[in-house]
Amino acid sequence: MPVLDMLKTELREVNATLQSAAKAKGNEAYTIENPRGAHAMAVGLDGPISVTVKGSTGYYCAGMNKLATVHVTGSAGPGVAENMMSGEVIIEGDASQYAGATGHGGLLNIKGNASSRCGISMKGIDIVVHGNIGHMSAFMAQKGNLVVLGNAGDALGDSLYEARLFVRGAVKSLGADCVEKEMRPEHLEILRGLLERAGADAKPEEFRRYGSARNLYHFNIDHADAY
Amino acid sequence: MCGIVGLFLKKDDLRPRLGDMLTDMLITMTDRGPDSAGIAIYGDAASGLKITVQSDTPDEDFAGLDAALSEALGTEVTMRVASTHAVLTLPVATETEALAFLEARGMRVMGSGESMEIYKEVGLPKDVAARFGIREMGGSHGIGHTRMATESAVTTLGAHPFSTAGDQCLVHNGSLSNHNAMRRKLAKKGVFTKTENDTEVGAAYISSRIAEGASLGEALEGTLKDLDGFFTFVTGTKNGFGVVRDPIACKPAVMAETEDYVAFASEYRAFADLPGIDAARVWEPEPATVYFWER
Repeated sequence: MPVLDMLKTELREVNATLQSAAKAKGNEAYTIENPRGAHAMAVGLDGPISVTVKGSTGYYCAGMNKLATVHVTGSAGPGVAENMMSGEVIIEGDASQYAGATGHGGLLNIKGNASSRCGISMKGIDIVVHGNIGHMSAFMAQKGNLVVLGNAGDALGDSLYEARLFVRGAVKSLGADCVEKEMRPEHLEILRGLLERAGADAKPEEFRRYGSARNLYHFNIDHADAY
Repeated sequence: MCGIVGLFLKKDDLRPRLGDMLTDMLITMTDRGPDSAGIAIYGDAASGLKITVQSDTPDEDFAGLDAALSEALGTEVTMRVASTHAVLTLPVATETEALAFLEARGMRVMGSGESMEIYKEVGLPKDVAARFGIREMGGSHGIGHTRMATESAVTTLGAHPFSTAGDQCLVHNGSLSNHNAMRRKLAKKGVFTKTENDTEVGAAYISSRIAEGASLGEALEGTLKDLDGFFTFVTGTKNGFGVVRDPIACKPAVMAETEDYVAFASEYRAFADLPGIDAARVWEPEPATVYFWER
C-alpha cells in the first residue's frame, strides 16, 4: 500500500499522484500521513482508488469525487465532498459547514456531527450523518437522500425541491416549504439500504421523513411572504 | 477573511511556551490575513499596571519616556521596549494621569492592564511576531489575529486585537454592519472609540456592558442581540477567554481541548503543532452560543 507523507510531499504532488492512480483504474489503496488540516486533499479523483487520510483535513477535501473512496480518520473542514459525482467519502470525526454541497451522487458518510448547511443544493448525493446537523441543512436540495441519526438545526430543508430528508432526532425548525411527510414502505426500503451501507446502528422505523410541500415551485403572488 | 487564534492554558507547565505556540498558530493563519497581525498575551501579573504604547518613531519617542513619566507622576516607572512598542509599568492608581500624559506626548496606547500586553503592527504575521519577540513570551493565555482588511485602512491602529478596557481585548473575523449606529449610541453613554474600525465598536460594546455590571458571558450574549453583521469573536480577559459566533456562522471556527489547554482557531491547520492534538477533543463552536473559559 503506497504511503504519501505530507511532511515530505507537497499537496500538489500528492493530488497529482492520486489523480493519475485513479485514472489508471488499478484499484490501488493509498494512505496519506500528516495531513495537518491541509486544504483540497484528494480532490478531483476520477476512477476506482481507495485513499485513507490519517488525520484531519481543511477546506474542500475529496471535492468532485468520482468512483473513488476517500476515508478521513479525523475531522473535515468546510465543503467536504463538495460536488461529489459518485464513490464514497467517509469522515470518522465531524464535518464543518456545507458538507456534500451540490453533490450529484455517491455516499457521504459522516460518523460524527455535521455543522451548518449540510447538503446545501444537493443534486442526487446520499448523505448519512451519524450525529447532528446544523442550521440551513439541505437548503434548496434538489435530489438525493439526507439521513440524520441525531438532531437537525433550524430551517431544515428551506426552499426544498425533491430531496428526501430522514431525521431520527428532533428538528429545531423546518424551513420555508419543507413539511413532514408520510413514511411509506418504499421510503423505509431506501432508508434501510442507506443505513446498512453507512454501517449505522439504527432502525428505519425510528425516523421521520421530510420533503417539499411544492408550493414554491412557481412564483405565486399569494406566497410572496414565503419567498 | 482574517484569521484568529487563541490559547488558554489549564496547567502551568506549558506557560513558558505560550508565545512560541501562539506564534506558530498565527503564522499558519497568514493565508487568511497577510496585511497585519497582532497578539494579546496575558503574562504574569505585574506589581502594578502595564500600559503598552506604540510609536512609528520609537528611537525618538521612547528615549527618556520612562524618566519623563516618572517625574510627571512622582513615582517609579519601568519601561521595556520591543521594536515599535514599549510596556510601561506603574502604580495602578496613576492610570488616568499616566494615560493623559502618554497621549499628550503623541503615544498610541495599545492597551493596559495588570497582566495583558498587546503587540500589533502592519506586516506579515511572521515578521510582526519576530520584531516583538513573541516566541519568547510566557503567560497563561493569549489571542492573536491576522488581518485582511475590509472595513477600515491597513494601519497599526486598524490591526487587532482592540482593547477598550483594562485587561480586555477583542479579535474579530467578519464585518459589522451597524457599527456606526452603535458607535453613536456608545458615545452618548460616554464611551468613545479611537478609530473608524468596526471591531473596535464591538470591543467597546463588550467593555461598556461589563462596566455596567454584566458578566463576560452576558456581554457576549448581548452581541447577538445588539450587533448586526458577520462575526466570530474571541475576547480576552484577565482570567480567560470567550468565543461567540453570529447566528448565520459563515465565518469559520474550530476548537480543541485537552487536559492541558483550550485552543481556538479559524482553521484546524493552526492546531497541527500543538502538543497532544491527535488525542484532543476537536469541535466546531455552535452558532449564537457563548463559550468561555476562566480560571
